[in-house]
Order: sequence, then structure tokens, then C-alpha cells
Amino acid sequence: MNVNIAAQINSVLAALILLTAFGLLVQRRIYGLLHIFAWQGLFLSISTAIVGYTAGLHHLYISAILTLTLKVFALPYILYVLIHRLKIHKEVEDMVNIPTTMLIGIALVIFSYHLTAPIRELSTLVTRSTLAVALATVMLGLLMMITRKKAVTQIIGFLALENGLFFAATSATYGMPLVVELGVALDILIAAFIFGIFFFQIRTTFDSLDLKEMEKLKEED
Amino acid sequence: MTLLPLGPVFLSILLFLFTAAITPLFAGRPHALVRVSFLLSAAASLMALAGGFFAVSNGAVDTMTLPIGLPDLPFYLRVDVLSGFFVTVVSLLGLFVSIYSIGYVKGFIGQRPVSTLVVFYCLFMAGMLMVLISDDAYSFMVSWELMAASSYFLVVFEDEHASNRRAAFIYLLIAHIGAVLILLSFGVIAGFASGFESFNGYTFSAMRSSTITPAWASVAFLLAFFGFAAKAGMMPLHVWLPEAHPVAPSNVSALMSGVMLKTAIYGIMRVTFDILHISSWWWGGLVLVLGLVSAVMGILSALMQVDLKRLLAYSSVENIGIILVCLGLAMIFASFNMSVLAALALVAGLYHVLNHAMFKGLLFMGAGAVLHSTHERNMENMGGLIHRMKWTAPMFLVGCLSIAALPPFNGFISEWLIFQTFLLSPVLPSPVLNLLIPLGAALLALTAALAARCFVKAYGVVFLGHWRGAHQHGVHEAGLSMRAGMLLAAVSCLLLGVLPSFVIRWLDVIPQTLVGGTISLSAHEFGWLWLTPVSAGRASYSAPIVFLGILLVVAVVYMIFHARKTSIRRAPVWDCGFGKLTNRMQYNSTSFAMPLRRIFGFLFGIKEVARAAGDPALSPMFMDRYIYHLKMRDRIWYGLYKPVSDASFWFARRVGRLQHGRIQIYLLYSFLTLIVLLVFA
Repeated sequence: MNVNIAAQINSVLAALILLTAFGLLVQRRIYGLLHIFAWQGLFLSISTAIVGYTAGLHHLYISAILTLTLKVFALPYILYVLIHRLKIHKEVEDMVNIPTTMLIGIALVIFSYHLTAPIRELSTLVTRSTLAVALATVMLGLLMMITRKKAVTQIIGFLALENGLFFAATSATYGMPLVVELGVALDILIAAFIFGIFFFQIRTTFDSLDLKEMEKLKEED
Repeated sequence: MTLLPLGPVFLSILLFLFTAAITPLFAGRPHALVRVSFLLSAAASLMALAGGFFAVSNGAVDTMTLPIGLPDLPFYLRVDVLSGFFVTVVSLLGLFVSIYSIGYVKGFIGQRPVSTLVVFYCLFMAGMLMVLISDDAYSFMVSWELMAASSYFLVVFEDEHASNRRAAFIYLLIAHIGAVLILLSFGVIAGFASGFESFNGYTFSAMRSSTITPAWASVAFLLAFFGFAAKAGMMPLHVWLPEAHPVAPSNVSALMSGVMLKTAIYGIMRVTFDILHISSWWWGGLVLVLGLVSAVMGILSALMQVDLKRLLAYSSVENIGIILVCLGLAMIFASFNMSVLAALALVAGLYHVLNHAMFKGLLFMGAGAVLHSTHERNMENMGGLIHRMKWTAPMFLVGCLSIAALPPFNGFISEWLIFQTFLLSPVLPSPVLNLLIPLGAALLALTAALAARCFVKAYGVVFLGHWRGAHQHGVHEAGLSMRAGMLLAAVSCLLLGVLPSFVIRWLDVIPQTLVGGTISLSAHEFGWLWLTPVSAGRASYSAPIVFLGILLVVAVVYMIFHARKTSIRRAPVWDCGFGKLTNRMQYNSTSFAMPLRRIFGFLFGIKEVARAAGDPALSPMFMDRYIYHLKMRDRIWYGLYKPVSDASFWFARRVGRLQHGRIQIYLLYSFLTLIVLLVFA
């Protein structure tokens, strides 16, 4: 496969990842969120594999497989079970309405492109043009965490943020060392379990998963 | 004979620590605990007393290095004449108070656990002694903090009242601000000692030999002076003192007021005279002025108090002021290389350190005895205790006479020496100082007179007249050990007042090491009977002869009045025909201070409301009741401390608004920070 074609495919995948990131912002249904998240993971995994192929770095295949199993199957499944068990309201509640969120998101993407412009000039990697997308994904994930009310959606935002970081790592430096990669993957898995336990705890304490309830935890005047 | 002085002091510290450590063995046997632990601490004090006394009388320097603490930073210990003198002061009062405590602390048994009091009492004494013998900045700060922390726990001993906890908090706060300043000062000096390259400058011996630029020496002096002054209770850093001393148990108040404040004086002397050496006269001028302010304001505040222990606490501020005046004069003279006059001022100051420890310790012990038996601190509810407490009353009187600087007691000697120093100051070659110092002498004279008035009030209101309070049941004389402690302190007040020549000959070695001058040659020209600090033509005082004279007069007067039984007749007070005299119509503490409130009231924030209650139609001239309200505000508190505390609370509330309790907002903070950093970094 030609390096040029690989770069083209990679760019397409980057565009798809950005699209799914926006999709996470617009989606109102919680199962829909899970689907989009799984798709994002899939694109990420393919992109990693392609980068590994073009750069001849075989450990990236392992990363790709890990991403595939964890982010496309395991985590969405865990979250699905969690949502099912907790009987969470199927609608996503947001604090800022969706069009505004979208506009902020677009501004963030432009900002990311502006920010990574100097790096694009300097880098010689195939994947250099996708760094802006990776950064934008991170920011959109953070934006999602900020604008959503319920704890479950925050977790999905957090995982999307992590996807962005992972994508940034592959696109900027052809991935992190395998040891780090494995550690991060494990962390994500454990985080998902801990979130699950916390959700049960939060619900038994506050009878709700709405983060508004946690406002009580601040110091009284 | 060369008896090394550090050994006994070190053993005494170990004995104090041991006493604190064996406290758990007496769980459930508080009576045995109190008896054993305070006897042990009395023994430890006696040991330290021997060490300190010989350190001064031999003029010996004894050092030791302890391999504890951090690696390569051992503790250096050293006893020289200066620390020996202060060890003597601390352990002498420690001895008396330990004996007193056997009886005093027994009164707490059954009301609250006494083991904490015992443990922290021992740690407190050990901490004070450790401060005095440490010879490097590191062990000094460790001991200083041990002293501060253990005294905090002693102040908060009766912790069920919010006001006690507040007092202890203020104490801890100001103690820490002071400690930080001291640490910074040591940092500056140690930095110059080692050229800012290694830690070797932390020993006092390295600091002594350091070459420090005059500007940085002044910085180090100012930091150390204000740091120590916060602990000494100098105005305007005194606010913790009238809060903390009254609420502590009285034996602890006696120690805190009598000797803990003196460790701060020791620190000032150690840093200025020993480590930095005095380079410019304004150091002394600053100390002199702040000392005068503390003396005058301290005694005026003491006069306004109605709480007996608070009055004594403010009087400590005054006495610290007097000691600082002496130090300031000594520093001024030393900066002009007038070593004999500097020595005279130092001797006066050190003598006053010793005297104040004795009479203030005695007065706090007396106040403790009164508190112990009446459960009352407010003087407005006391009176006539001389009939109920036949032992405590004369002891307290001795303390009052000493603190009012009346011969033949010890307060007179030191104040007389201070005035001699003041009278010799016109030889200074600086016109500014020649104008300033007589003014200081006048203020000091005012202070002495006000102190006398203050203690006339304290003794008169508490012990004379009739009981003013609601009930008087259970007022009893203090126990044997309490009386013994007070008696020892009273006797030493008298001895220090009657035999000053010996004391001065003993401590004359201290100014010799610190400023290179001595007064013993001139002071003992006419033998031990006469004290002539400068020359016989100028001023002389023979304490023994004055004492014998006073004794003779008192004996003659006593004989005249008591020779015949009929010469004293007891009868009811004449009531001017009014017929409704009650005990509340006596002269009381507030009314006694009224003239001074009129004169000096502008220095305080006073709100006075007097109104009559009753039906004017019924009897327009004689109302049912007259209501009098007096509210005194400490201007320093409201002018200096309140704004700072208000500002910090205001700022904290502003910052607290950042905390909404919403995760989204917190995430937004991180998000915005990230973006700002990405844009501008």
C-alpha cells in the first residue's frame, strides 16, 4: 500500500473520528451514545493498524487489537449492563442546549487547527495532519463532560477524551511504548469498574445519579 | 573547682521527659500521679538549678554534641553564663511551682483527667530548658516548638469553654508567626555564615563568626526581635497574652508569665549581643521605644481589668516592657562602646528578669489559690479574703509590694538600677538620644507609679473590705504544698531585695562576656552592705539597713497598737445614717480605676453608659436601680488585628466561591486553564 494512500485513508478515518466526536455531542439517547462511542473506537483501532502498517511498527497492531476489544466491545458492554441495571433514564440531559454546544465545538476544532499549525510545518510523519483532529477530540470530550448532567454521560465523555489522547499519541509519535499502552488500557478498564461501583454508591446515597445532588458536598457559608 | 554545668541541666531535661513518659503507669491513680510527677519535676528543677547556678558562678562554657536529629545535622548543646542565668531563673521558679502544683493540681482530680496536665507540664519545662541550652538553629527551633506546642495544650486544658479554645488558638497563631520570623532570621545569619553554600552555618558558633553586611544584619535583627517579641508579649504583639494566661491553670500561668516570656528575652539577648553583635544604635532605640510603649500601655490596661489573672497578664506585658527598656539602653550604650554603662543596663535588666519571675510567679500562685478556693476570677465579686486566707494574703501582699517596686523587696532594686542607668545616659554623644532618653525615664517613672496603684487595687479589692459576691461558701485556705510554694517564692523575693550585692556579684560575669564591661568594681566599693552602682558620691543604697529600719518601724507600730487589748476596737461601719449599707457599696475595681479612665481613657475605646431605672413619678430623686455599663475595647485589637483577620476571611470567602460543588464547573476550570495555557504558553 502506498504511503500516500495510507495517509489518505488515515485522514478519512480522522474525519470519521471527529464526526463521531460531534455525534457524541448531539446524541440525545443514551444507547445511541454507546453506539457512537463504539464506532469511534472502531475507527481508532483501524487507524492505529494502518499507521502501524505504514510505519512498520508492529507493536501498534497489539494496540489496535486492544483498542478493538476494549473500546469497541468490552467498555460499551459494561456501560450497557450498567445502564440496564441502574434503570437509567434513556434521555440525555444537558445543561447547554445542543446547537450552542455544537457551535462551541466548531470553535474548538478551529482552535485546535490553529494550535497545531506550527507542528504540522515541522513534522515529517504521515499522520501529521491528524494531530489537530486528535486535539479537537480531546477538547470535545472535555466539553461533553462539562455540558452533561448525568454521571453516565460524563463517563462516556471521559472515555472519548481518552480516545482523543490515544489518537494524538499515534498520530504525533506513532504511538506510545507498548508498556505504557498496556498500562493505559488496563487503567481504562479498571476505571470503568470503579465508575460502576461508584454509581451504585452514589445512587444509594442520593437516590439519583444526577450530579446536582453532589452540590451539597461543598462547605456551608 | 570545675563542676561542668551542662551535665545536671541535661539530666534534668531527661528527668522531665522520663516523668512525662511514666504517666501512663499511673492510670487510674491520679493522686499518686500528681504527687510522684510533681515531686520528680521539683527534683529535676533542683538539678537544673544547680547546673545553671554553677554555670554563672564559674563562668564556664560547657558543650556537648548529640547525634540525634537529621543525618549530618546533630544537636549542639552549650551552657554559657547567659544560658546558665536563664536556666537558673527557669528552674528556680519551676521548683517553686512544682511544689505548689502538688496541691493545686489535686483540685482538678475528679473534674477532668489530670494526666494531660502532668505530661504537658513536664514537656513544657523540658522544652524551656532545651531552648536555653541549644547551640544551633535547628535544635533551638525544635525546642522552641516543643515549648510552644506543649504550652498550647496547657492553655487549652479546660477546653469546654469556647473562649478558652479561642484564646489558645490566638496563642498558637501568634507563636507560629513569631517562630517563622525567628526561623527566617536564623536563615539569613546562617546563610552569611556558610556563604549560602552548605548547611554548616546552622550552628550558633558558625553564626557568631560570620561576616554579615550591616544591612542584612539589621534585617536579621528585626526579624529575630519581632519574632521573639511576639513570644515575649511586647506591644503590639501582646494580644495573645491577656487571653491565654487567664485561662490556663494557674500553676501554668505562673510558669508562662514568670519564665516562658523570659526565654524570648533570652532569644533577643542571644541573637543581638552574642550572635550578631550590635552595629548601630537605632536597634537599641527601637527596643527602647517599644519597651516603653509596652510598659505604659501594659500597666494602663492592667489597671482597667476586673479579672484578677488578666490584670496579672497585662502586668507581665508591662514588666517585659521594662526589661526591653533595659536591653534597649544596653544596646545603645554598647553601640557607643560604653561598656560599663551597658553592663549596668544589662545587670538591671537581668535582675529584673529574675525578680519578675519570682514575684509574678508568686502572684499567679496567689491568684491560683484564690481561684482554687473561691472559683471566681472576677475581682468585683471578691473581697475580705484576708480573713479567710490568712496565709495566702500576706504572700500575695509580698508579691504586690515587690511588683510595686517598694523596698525592701526585690522589685525596688532592679527599678532603682534602671533609673540609675537612665540618669547616666546624658553622657551619650548623640543629641537625639539625649532628648529621647529623659522622656523615657519619665514614662518609666509613670509606669512605676501606675504599677503601684494597680497592685493597691488588686490587693485591696481582693483581700480587704467585705465579700462582694453572691455567696461565700467553701472559701478556704490553700493546702500545705501550695502555701509552701508561695512561701518559697515570697522568701526569695525578700532575699533578692535584701541581699542585692551578692546577686550582682554573681551575675556580673554575664555583661562581661556580652559587652565586655563589668560593674562589680564600683558596685562593691563599700563592701556587701552598700550597693553603689556607679560611685558612692552619686547614688548608694543599702538594702540590709533599709530592711532593718523598716522592720524596726513595723515592730514599734505593732507594739503600740497591740500592746493593750483595748487600743483596737471593732465596730460596724458608720453608714452616715443611711441605714442600708450593703457589701456592693464598697469601693470596687472599676471605681478604683475611674480617675485613670478619665485621664488615659483616650488610649482605649471606652463606652460608658449610666442610667437610672424606675418610675420617676414615684420618687424622682431616688430611683430603684442604677444601671452602669462599661465596655472597654482594645484599640490595638480593633486597629491592627481585626482588619487583618477580616481581610483574610473576606479573601477566603471570595476564593470559596470557586467551590460550587458542581463537577461540571470544576471541569470547566480545568478546561479554561488548558485553553489559556495552550494559547499563551
